[in-house]
Amino acid sequence: MKGWTTFTGQAVCLDVNDIDTDQLIPARFMSQPRVEGYADFLLHDMRRNADGTPKPDFILTQHPDATVLLAGKNFGSGSSREAAVYALLDSGIQVVIAESFGDIFASNAINNGVLPAVVNPENWHALRRAVSKSSIDCKVDLDTATLCMGQHTVAFTIDEAWRLKLINGKDDTDLTRDYQSNIDQFRKIRYQQYPWARPAAQN
Amino acid sequence: MTLPRTLLDKLWAAHEIVQREDGTSLLWVDRHLVHEGSHHAFAKLATRDTPVAEPSLTFGVADHYAPTRNRLHIEDATIARMINTLLANTQHHGIECMGLDDPRQGIVHVIGPEQGLTLPGLLINCGDSHTSTHGAFGALAFGIGATEVAHVLATQTIWQSKPNAMRIRIDGTLPTGVTAKDMALHWIALLGNSGAQGHAIEYCGSAIDALSMEARMTLCNMSIEGGARFGMIAPDDTTVNYIEGRPYAPTGDDWALAKQDWQQLVTDAGARFDREVSIDANSLAPTLTWGISPDQAIAVDALIPNPAELDEAKAHSIRSALEYMGLEAGQAIEGTPIDQVFLGSCTNARIEDIRSAACVLRGKRSKVPGLVSPGSTAIKAQAEQEGLDKVFIDAGLEWASSGCSSCVGMNGDTVAAGKRCASTTNRNFRGRQGRGSRTHLMSPMMVAAAALHGKIVDVRSLASSETPS
Repeated sequence: MKGWTTFTGQAVCLDVNDIDTDQLIPARFMSQPRVEGYADFLLHDMRRNADGTPKPDFILTQHPDATVLLAGKNFGSGSSREAAVYALLDSGIQVVIAESFGDIFASNAINNGVLPAVVNPENWHALRRAVSKSSIDCKVDLDTATLCMGQHTVAFTIDEAWRLKLINGKDDTDLTRDYQSNIDQFRKIRYQQYPWARPAAQN
Repeated sequence: MTLPRTLLDKLWAAHEIVQREDGTSLLWVDRHLVHEGSHHAFAKLATRDTPVAEPSLTFGVADHYAPTRNRLHIEDATIARMINTLLANTQHHGIECMGLDDPRQGIVHVIGPEQGLTLPGLLINCGDSHTSTHGAFGALAFGIGATEVAHVLATQTIWQSKPNAMRIRIDGTLPTGVTAKDMALHWIALLGNSGAQGHAIEYCGSAIDALSMEARMTLCNMSIEGGARFGMIAPDDTTVNYIEGRPYAPTGDDWALAKQDWQQLVTDAGARFDREVSIDANSLAPTLTWGISPDQAIAVDALIPNPAELDEAKAHSIRSALEYMGLEAGQAIEGTPIDQVFLGSCTNARIEDIRSAACVLRGKRSKVPGLVSPGSTAIKAQAEQEGLDKVFIDAGLEWASSGCSSCVGMNGDTVAAGKRCASTTNRNFRGRQGRGSRTHLMSPMMVAAAALHGKIVDVRSLASSETPS
């Protein structure tokens, strides 16, 4: 994953609350290896008819080049499937703006360089009016934690550790290696103190 | 003097290796459970040629794609590939895996506790949002995504920011016909599907103390449906009695020491919670969902909400839920005809759930078809020993093997578009059980009652011989 500080793209609004990860990617597509790309699965049943043809009035059909999604609250609730983020990312979506996000989704988004930007209800409605039913230029700045759409520049909130992680773009596993001696020491003490914490030996 | 601490504080501190300046903690992971869906994480390891740090603390099981019929001759190539990939990945890394032919196989959140892998005081991760189930034992258990699964595999640790603490106190006695599932649906409806976001929930109170481990698991399992990644209950004698003698549970001196240590796993008097909620168990009724989010739940004798009586923001989502579900605003939910039933999932497919449903169905016929998939192969065997399989088969329902099955439909056990299913599962999202499927979440007893009548009925209205207490 590559770090980033500013991002400029096209924003569209999907004014639906509670877009859970089952809607972001229905379970039946999750057996696909990532290399084949997850773009076609994004919001599959919301944007496509039963025969697979795209619904012409759906916002992502009209604006397939959108890279910023202004969405209803509780975005990404439900299942822990990281494939929901893959589907967004493989479709080019780098930023999702909402009043709230599912906890696991938000964490998965960060791990893939996707920003889950939380805005307050007042700002959300201002942005929605700015986007209207079309698309609009959007600039996101992680340094200042602000985003700009048309005339509106609004602040978004994000956990400080997550903000830095998006900017640094470093893999956690590499960072964790720096703490290997702490881990080894902890492990030793844990099993001295709590020998029962290991799975009992099996015959 | 040390400040009074919550159970969350104690579990967190016991696993914290370091805390970074930004407040994020590196936590030690005691158990890591993997399933077919973990293929992305194993693929990440493979690209960097990274070994699994602690194979002996990692356990695999086939559940998400597990066929519930004719499972040793899998016809679907994709399903076979998913299961074979899990077997190959676990074997490659020296991880014990419970495949389809293993008598210990079952749904990951059912077999963890059943095998004694789940213990109080442990930190348990799994790439599945219902990992909160294990919190019923006083464990710090939470679901993670694929990147985090890869990190745990590679390091046996996880970076996390400590959630806020929330306490849901449920005092009183559950009325007959009311279960832990109803408790869960009730609080989620009360607080909303994101009401507990950012929080770890501790459930306590006399009604919680009275619950069996199976029921506690049902309650903790549903935590994520109210937005909480963590749900937990302090361990007590019920917990200890459940664990004793299970295959991976501590023995001998370790068992004695464990029991002693587990006594400390309680919230101290006066400890501060960021949020507290109280519920009276006596006031609860059988509760079920009418809509497309787990918080769209009402008591069985209540009316479906009428958007005309609500503000526009709420009205909009209710109207779209009613449209999807094919229901009328302001009508009674009771009496709604159903097309089929499903009894299964990590929420409600333990032996107690099977027994309670069988008690309602015994000697009677279901008016609709349905599938019963026990939570594990061991539960299936236990139920068969008790003759419960015959109760379901005689009622006209299908008695199948164990897996996630129709809760998520990955194995092909789906509900057809437009069909209405009374289900013991955890999610009634649009298309969760299959594209266009309509799901009503409820307790196993309520599902059994719905099967008997071919429509949603109040299990309390059945003859008392049919309602287990």
